[in-house]
Formats: sequence, C-alpha cells, structure tokens
Amino acid sequence: MKLIIAAIKPFKLEEVREALTAIGVRGMMVTEIKGFGSQSGHTEIYRGAEYAVNFVPKVRLEIVVSDALSDQVVATIQKTARTDKIGDGKIFVLDVEHAVRVRTGETDDDAL
Amino acid sequence: MNIQTKFCSLGAVAASLLAGLPAHAQDGLIQNPTVEQMAGMVDKGDTTWMLISSVLVLMMAIPALALFYGGLVRTKNMLSLLMQVFVIVAVCAVMWVMVGYSLAFTSGSPFIGGLSKAMLAGVGTGTYAATFSNNVYIPEYAFVIFQMTFACITPALIVGAFAERIKFWPLILFCVGWSLLAYYPTAHMVWFWAGPDFLSVPEYAGDMGLLWGWGALDFAGGTVVHINAGIAGLVGCIIVGKRVGFNKEPMPPHSLTLTMVGASLLWVGWFGFNAGSNLEANGLAALAFLNTFVATAAAALSWVLVEQLRHGRPSLLGAVTGAVAGLVAVTPAAGFASPGGALLLGLVVSPVCYLFVSAVKKRFGYDDSLDVFGVHGVGGIIGAIGTGILADPSLGGQGWYDYTVFPAVAGAYDMGAQVLTQIKAVSVTVIWSGVVSLVLFSIIKLVFGLRPSADDERQGLDQTAHRESAYNY
Repeated sequence: MKLIIAAIKPFKLEEVREALTAIGVRGMMVTEIKGFGSQSGHTEIYRGAEYAVNFVPKVRLEIVVSDALSDQVVATIQKTARTDKIGDGKIFVLDVEHAVRVRTGETDDDAL
Repeated sequence: MNIQTKFCSLGAVAASLLAGLPAHAQDGLIQNPTVEQMAGMVDKGDTTWMLISSVLVLMMAIPALALFYGGLVRTKNMLSLLMQVFVIVAVCAVMWVMVGYSLAFTSGSPFIGGLSKAMLAGVGTGTYAATFSNNVYIPEYAFVIFQMTFACITPALIVGAFAERIKFWPLILFCVGWSLLAYYPTAHMVWFWAGPDFLSVPEYAGDMGLLWGWGALDFAGGTVVHINAGIAGLVGCIIVGKRVGFNKEPMPPHSLTLTMVGASLLWVGWFGFNAGSNLEANGLAALAFLNTFVATAAAALSWVLVEQLRHGRPSLLGAVTGAVAGLVAVTPAAGFASPGGALLLGLVVSPVCYLFVSAVKKRFGYDDSLDVFGVHGVGGIIGAIGTGILADPSLGGQGWYDYTVFPAVAGAYDMGAQVLTQIKAVSVTVIWSGVVSLVLFSIIKLVFGLRPSADDERQGLDQTAHRESAYNY
C-alpha cells in the first residue's frame, strides 16, 4: 500500500476528486493548509501598505491505495491539478505498513 | 424666558424666509419671542425629522463605526473595538444629560457654556431650541437628543488611532476628560449662539461661541467632530506608541465584509448627521442630503482611481475609505456648497487622504492603526477650508446670513476673508484638541498606564481585556 500526499491549488480540488473517483479511488482525506514552495507567497495592499503574505493557501490530499493503483493515482493528480503556473503543488508517495477498517476489522488492501 | 437654546453655524436660513426678502421687516415676524409665542412656531415635520436624524446618527456609532473599525483589526481584537465604541457611546450619553448639553449650549464665555442646564434643569416639553430661520423652533428635547448623538460618536472616532493596544478603563477615562475639556468647548465655540430672533436684540448681542462669532462656517461638525477627533487620534497613537510587531509582521484586516457593512451604514447614517444639522426639514436639508450623497460617491471613485493608477488594481478597502473621506470632507460644507461644489470636494479629498495614509504615515512612522488622523483629521481640514471656497454664492454656494439684523439678511461674501476665517477656526481646533489630548493622555499614562503588557497585546485584547472572543467556531 502507498500513502500519496499531494498539496494542490484549492480550486483544483473538485476536479481532482472527480478524476480520482473515475479511476477507482474510494476515499481520501482533505485538509486546508498554508505553505510555501517555489511560489513563495504574494503581496496584499491595504490603504497603500503592502503586506507580504508568505504562506499561500493550499489543499492537502492524503490517499491510501494499493500498490497497483499508486502510479495511476499520481499520474492522474499530476495531470488534473496542473495549470502550468508556478504554485501547482507537489506529490509525495510513502509506503504504508498496515491498514484496518474500523467497522469490520478488515486489514490492508481489504480495508481500503 | 428660559428658552432660546441657541445654536448654529452661520448661514443657513429657511427658504420660507428667503421668499420674504428683501422686503424689510416681514409682516408677522416676532423679534425676541416669548416661550408661549415659540410654542406656535414649532412644526411637527421639523420635529419628526430631528428625531429620525438622531436615530440615524446613533446608528453611525453603533453599529456602523464599530463594525467599520472592527473589521479592520485582527480577529483577536475585534471584540475590543466593538466594546470600546459601545461603552463610549453609553458613557457620553450619560455625560451629555448630566453636564454636556449645558456646557455646550448655554451662555457663558466664548469658550464654554455654564452649568445652568446641568441635569437638563429648566429643559422641558415646553421649551424650544432655535433653528436657522426667524420664528422657526424645534422642541428643546429634540435638539438635546440630536446633539447628544454627536457627543456620543465623536470620542468613539478616536479609538481607531490606537486600536489593538489600549487599556480599556484608561481609555474610557480619557473620553470622559476629552469630552469635558475638548468636545463641549469646541461645540460651544462653533455652534452656540443666541438664535436668529435674539442676536439682533441688544440684550443678546455677542451671545455666541468664539468661532461662531468669527463667522466660521461649519455646517455639521467638520471642526467639532472630525478635526477634533482626528487630532486627538494622532496625539494618542504617538503617546500610546506603535503596536508590537508594527512594520515587522502583517496586520491585515480580519473582515473587509464587516468593514464594508459598517462603511455603508455610516454613509446612510450620515444623512441624519448632515441633513439633520439643518434642524428643519426643508429645501436646505435636501441640499445637504444631496451634497452628502454626491461628495461621498465622488470620493469613493477618486480613491479607487488613485489605486488603479498606483497599484494597478482597485480595492474594496480603498472604495469604502474614500467614501468615509468624502463624508468627512462634505460635513462642514453640506449646507453651503452647491452639488457641483460637493462633487469637486469629494474628488479632491481622496487623493490627499490617500497620500497621508500611505506615504506620510510611513515617512513619519506613527502607528495610526485605522487612519483616524489620515481620514478624519486630514479630510476634515480639507472640508473646512474647502467650505470657505464652495460657500461663495458666485460659485453657487449658499453664502452666509447676517442675524444681527431682524429678519436676517444675506451677508456680503468675501471668499478670501472666509477662507482665512476657516483656517483660523481649523487652527484653534487643532491646537485646542492637540493640547487637551496631550495633557490628558500624558497624565493617564503616568497614573494608570495606557498600554497592556506586550504578552497581553500579543494574545489579543478580546481575551486579555474582556475574557471573551468575537467568534467562537
């Protein structure tokens, strides 16, 4: 199993969710976050005073899938979340040791 | 004869009176009327208008000003701003009935009135206040209420200058002292006079406030309210000092939505403030209303255009700040300028205020958090001086009326001299309010302290001063 963590632009969330559902992803965790990467913030101006906003709003997806589906999920997120502008986000893939479905006690791939 | 509450800035006279001019000594007009005669000179339409206007001005303070200011601070200080404005209104209302009305609107010296009407002694349902027209009166209670709302909002304007870093009770103490030593005297100096049916009577000759006597034109309180508060704010923010993290960390407004709601309510309420200041529901009140409308719209536009040129984008905060600057500037001019003049005033005021809140503030490094000086002080000064120009009848203005003759006649207008008078009135207000504020803030700082601890300030005044949060979700 793999844990895929993706930080993407908030307005891309719905599109990404649809694309992932279409390839068989059956669940995900979503968190509103702030952060910076190469985009490194922007300035806002209030009554002529400029403020540097160093942390940009993003959405973090956490998706656990079977090893077989992993590459396809990463490719789908990358393709869907892409705008070709700076700040499109990052995707990380980690190994997952164990998974349990709370309701039934099923484990690993069966729990996903 | 315990009546004649006297009031006004020069110049506004009812259309009904004008119709009678220049025919000298109009038939039926009574000079020096008795209370019984005044009772027959009251119009229910005027009385209604004054009561409605009073409600509108109260709405300007709560919730309009509170929301306008509150939206501009950080979430952790939202409630403290709401609380400061609300309690200041309550305190000033109580003070007005106790001593304020008497000190502002009874005979005394040219600088301040006396205590003969303390606790509203002698004021009743059968006493009357003068308007700007011969033989037109409103119930004195209505006048007390209308002026009460002004006394309530003016000290509340000041708190924006040192928002997010002031101790609550020392602030309230300041407002008590400042009302007594700055607001009541200025209101007396600018607005107190014997009234149109009395100034021509030898017994009352010279019975007027200092600046009224000079012929300063201030229709609805450019000097008394806005310059007065703006200067107090500037002095306050310097003595209190900058916020922790000022210019180091971002302090963006937490809710421009509420700021826009507040500014819009201010705009609506300001019709009571400016058109109500005519004291009668007539054509001149409608002129003041129209001027208030158009100057505000023009100022909102010109601020947004300045931003478009300077930053490439128009901002909502710019639009509402421009609107408030326009409202401030048109306040002294409301009943004097022509609609075209008011439009011009609105266009001019925003670029100047913009310069102060962006460049001048940065250059001198004072932390006038919500730009009380930059908008109310500077906008008020532009409006006060502009009034001297725009009131000129040759520019379509209303000119001024000579009440030392009965019935009143239009005075000869000298624009240069009037502008000079306006500058003198502005100077007196700036110096008076500046000195009173300096002394009061310094004493309170020494005795009680003005600032919360740096830790309390970082945590936010909502929790540390009031043990509440503006938002729980």
